[in-house]
Amino acid sequence: MTSLDTRAVVTADSATGGRRAKRRYAPERRRSVLLTVMLWLLVLYFVLPLWWLFVSATKDNAALFSTFGLWFGGDFSLWENLQTLFTVRDGIFTRWLLNTIGYSVASAVGATLLATMAGYAFAKYDFPGNKALFSITLGAIMIPLTALALPTYLLFSSAGLTDTPWAIIIPSLVSPFGVYLMRVYAADAIPNDLIEAARVDGAGEFRIFWQVGLRLLGPGLVTVFLFTLVGTWNNYFLPLIMLNSSDLYPLTVGLAQIQAAASAGGGSQALFSTVITGSFVTVLPLIIGFLFLQRYWQSGLTTGGVKG
Amino acid sequence: MSQSPALTAERPSLPAPPKRRTSLTKRRQRRAAYLFILPFFVVFTTMLVVPLVYAGYLSLFESKLIGGEVFAGFANYVRALQDSAFLASIGRMGVFFIIQVPIMLGIALFLALALDSGRARGSKGIRLLVFMPYAVPAVVATLMWGYLYGPDFGPIAQIARSVGWGTPEFLTPENILGSMMNIVTWEFIGYNMIILYAALRSIPTELYEAAELDGAGQFRVAWSVKIPAIRPAILLTVIFSVIGTFQLFSEPSLLNAIAPDAITNSFTPNYYAYNIAFINQELNYAAAIAFLIGIVIAVVSYIVQLSAQQRERRERGIR
Repeated sequence: MTSLDTRAVVTADSATGGRRAKRRYAPERRRSVLLTVMLWLLVLYFVLPLWWLFVSATKDNAALFSTFGLWFGGDFSLWENLQTLFTVRDGIFTRWLLNTIGYSVASAVGATLLATMAGYAFAKYDFPGNKALFSITLGAIMIPLTALALPTYLLFSSAGLTDTPWAIIIPSLVSPFGVYLMRVYAADAIPNDLIEAARVDGAGEFRIFWQVGLRLLGPGLVTVFLFTLVGTWNNYFLPLIMLNSSDLYPLTVGLAQIQAAASAGGGSQALFSTVITGSFVTVLPLIIGFLFLQRYWQSGLTTGGVKG
Repeated sequence: MSQSPALTAERPSLPAPPKRRTSLTKRRQRRAAYLFILPFFVVFTTMLVVPLVYAGYLSLFESKLIGGEVFAGFANYVRALQDSAFLASIGRMGVFFIIQVPIMLGIALFLALALDSGRARGSKGIRLLVFMPYAVPAVVATLMWGYLYGPDFGPIAQIARSVGWGTPEFLTPENILGSMMNIVTWEFIGYNMIILYAALRSIPTELYEAAELDGAGQFRVAWSVKIPAIRPAILLTVIFSVIGTFQLFSEPSLLNAIAPDAITNSFTPNYYAYNIAFINQELNYAAAIAFLIGIVIAVVSYIVQLSAQQRERRERGIR
């Protein structure tokens, strides 16, 4: 862990920007047709399953099992499917969707805030224990979170917190990797002179963090936010063990439940198109989010990139 | 504290005030730093350290029909190390790690290098589309591939039959591990590619400009300049893969619904721990298993790091 730490050298956002302008010279013009074709063929592997998901979400049950999977067939029933999806079992899917949004946004905001404060302190303050505590945090990246799930469940259950939203949100607030990323990012993005100048002006440490630090940490914040959001949005294990009432389920657990019902009850084939349309709706918001915010998270990651 | 400079100047035997002032601001800054890290470490302790210690504690007890919880020492660990189902699940993940991780990281590294070379058209689109599966929950990815693998209506079977290859069997006990490797590979190539690509972007160009001007080909530059330069990032992806592999849960648990014969309740160590804890209600034994999974991950990660360091040292020696 510490070897990762000591060798992780970081480039400032401005430095990479400057360098990038300089770095692409002659070879850039020489495009390779072979490489382009190869890469786009590889892209098919990643895209086709999602394409299948979209196409299948537009089919009714009969067409789902009788037409070719990768192309449209039968009637275009996307709207009917969506209607079924959102009305089945008194609109429980809407509830799951809202739960997922609530859990992930709450955890992501909290985790980002905690990680940013800690990362900023590790990067910008010299205090006894700085190195040791940071090494412990890095070491924690390796603790398998699912191995902790069982004792966490028991602790929550003795505190009477299982089967509540807190059981999902509180464990998701810890993001050691977020602390690592924010430390690396803050070290570069916030010049020490700026902090000193603010101190000379008489600003308190917390004001400096809120007004100077946070403003300069934009891309880093978006990166940590998005990745913790995805972590909670996609989590299955934790809600599966923590929650009992289906009213509290997030999408992942809900979908797995309908899927199990669909495969178990041979006669209830109608459920398959609900599962598929539900999966499509589950995936859509995150894909759109990543597309729209790509500029931020890509630059956030570039800066956080480990370099030898 | 608010001594005037004139006063101190009169008494040169006391140089303390200015020094004390700096130490005061320093102390104030330290206090701020501790307050900044405090919230994180409160949650860190309650959600990571306490459960870890608690799991260790639980694993040392046994629940008996008569007498309730009894201290059992390492009995649960001894039992786990003789439990063929558990050992088989660890072995299965070992196979998974040895086959799947090199394929996944190899393709991710190839993609990252190809995109970084700037020689393909539409690099930005490629990068985004390859990354897309990362935004798909493992549950949905497994559901989706489950349908795609389907022997009756799955599109892969449809295509294979129409070109006369017969129906491929993805969900048999012999093939399910490979099918699962494919799902995980599909999910995580993009994520690893982005980490490696980010590291490649931060290599100073001076490092390989000279080589390129001397006429070294792209493969040569990639092999002898770029890959050595991003070794720490590669190590990071390997370690993340170790952690991910030994923790697989969603994939086996969802595949179990469509291929119950192929996925036993101990297919992966984590799935086994879940079944022991929540189906068999053997919490103490499950805690020991969870702890052992953590130890396996730590040991494998340590071996990976150690071999990476040794390799680097050897190569430095040659140079």
